Amino acid sequence: MSNSIVSINQLSKTFHTNKDQVQALRNINLDIQEGEFITVIGPSGCGKSTLLKIIAGLDLDYQGEFLLEGKNVKGPGIDKGYIFQEPRLFPWLNVERNIAADLNIRDPKVREKVDELINLVKLTGFEKSYPRELSGGMAQRVAIARALLRNPKVLLLDEPFGALDAFTRAHMQEVLLDIWKKNKTTMIFVTHDIDEAVFLGNRIVILKPRPGSIQDIVPVVLPIPRKKTSESFQEIRLQVVNEFEKIEALQSAF
Amino acid sequence: MDGSSVELSPRKNSKLVIYLLGAVLPVGALLLWQVFGQLGYISTMLFPTPATIFGAFIQLTTSGLLMEHFQISVTRMVIGFLIGGGLGLLFGIVVGLSKPVEKALDPTVQMIRMIPHLAVAPLFILWLGIGEESKVLLIAKGAFFPLYINTYLGIRSVDNKLFEVARTLGFNRWKLVRLLVIPSAVPNLLLGLRLSLGVSWVGLVVAELMAATSGIGYLMSDARQFNNTPVVFVGIAIFAVVGVFTDTVVRLLEKWLLRWKDSYQG
Ligand SMILES: Nc1ncnc2c1ncn2[C@@H]1O[C@H](COP(=O)(O)OP(=O)(O)OP(=O)(O)O)[C@@H](O)[C@H]1O
Ligand SMILES: [Mg+2]
Repeated sequence: MSNSIVSINQLSKTFHTNKDQVQALRNINLDIQEGEFITVIGPSGCGKSTLLKIIAGLDLDYQGEFLLEGKNVKGPGIDKGYIFQEPRLFPWLNVERNIAADLNIRDPKVREKVDELINLVKLTGFEKSYPRELSGGMAQRVAIARALLRNPKVLLLDEPFGALDAFTRAHMQEVLLDIWKKNKTTMIFVTHDIDEAVFLGNRIVILKPRPGSIQDIVPVVLPIPRKKTSESFQEIRLQVVNEFEKIEALQSAF
Repeated sequence: MDGSSVELSPRKNSKLVIYLLGAVLPVGALLLWQVFGQLGYISTMLFPTPATIFGAFIQLTTSGLLMEHFQISVTRMVIGFLIGGGLGLLFGIVVGLSKPVEKALDPTVQMIRMIPHLAVAPLFILWLGIGEESKVLLIAKGAFFPLYINTYLGIRSVDNKLFEVARTLGFNRWKLVRLLVIPSAVPNLLLGLRLSLGVSWVGLVVAELMAATSGIGYLMSDARQFNNTPVVFVGIAIFAVVGVFTDTVVRLLEKWLLRWKDSYQG
């Protein structure tokens, strides 16, 4: 418990719209140790993005307790990197300037790191391209490089590889694991892909909807790199699928 | 190598053809005008032939009269536009960035905006006489509103999703304005610039036609009194050419500043 970086106690979140109110999260309890790779999985609308935004400090309007390194979070910042569901690049900046954003690209130190990251996300040759000239997957890789440049303590990823093809997706998964091993960044990774969740996470948080709450947390005690075809991998995969079926049965009962 | 040259030359040719195509109508009209005028089918008193107008233009140029009045007009336009446009930009930014300032200023500004642009011209002349001040004021007033409104709208059009990104990247207030708000506002800002130029240009013409002792507009109203129609036409042509010129400059600026934009190119 002493080195838990994220600690969430009885966290609930209700959205108030004009007449309606929607409870997006109810009584979430989650402790994340420093350097963990958490994958979060659940059906659409179960509150995954909502949870991520609270951890990022983008949403401060919740009930219950959420501490980052033992302290209350008062707002977003570069210590909590965020990769959104869409790339969200600045359309008037080219690739390298989007990655640098507020940092000076002419500073040799920044330049070197930006080039390194462009190489890592395989965008060499597109440094000067504008976002409109990129495919969805390429744009998302720029967004990933932008977050990585800031060396965050926690990296929050909201279905970051959803728009990528299978090959690029596999490559980006490797890249992410490399960064995780090298920088010991704590990762909280939202996905709707069970294979991806098992491949990356050392714990899988399964959320169920209406209202969003934790169905189960599945530990993945497999050595890295993992083989998706191995028996032990398939075993854990099945465990997650079973939980999903329980959620479905619950939902259709209504 | 060969392939590219083969590919290039028809393109250049077709571009030339397009330009020629665009020139057919005006050149044809001018020719007809000239011929009909010479044959006496249209009154050369009301519609002096293009050749006569060109003659008047040459005469005004060689006497130095045209340059003198042109300079005066341009000076008025530049001063008036810089004052009005500059203030419009400044107010637009301040009102756009601050809700309290918006609440305090915008209703008044919108009220003044509702007064037809040129309806106050007699008042300005009454207050400030027919000297430079009344003209500059009229031009400045015309330049103010389009830039004010469009700057303000541009600032308010910042994409909330990008705003979230800026927050996760830890932008402070100054960086937010410089790196997100201003670039987001540029398309609207350019639109405002273009509209402002148009409106203040009209202000210049009206001010000079109504009460002036110098400037292209004065040259025209003076010529009208002596039924010197060719000079009136020269004035109209100059206003048109300068209008097209400034619009082209803004358009080029737009093309360069908005090169990141993915819009329909025709
Ligand atoms: N700004 C908002 N105002 C009102 N309700 C909202 C808002 N944002 C989210 N919600 C609601 O909260 C619930 C959870 O939304 P959230 O975006 O977190 O889902 P998600 O798990 O990320 O879904 P997906 O996988 O489709 O991205 C949904 O029922 C949604 O309707
Ligand atoms: Mg989501």
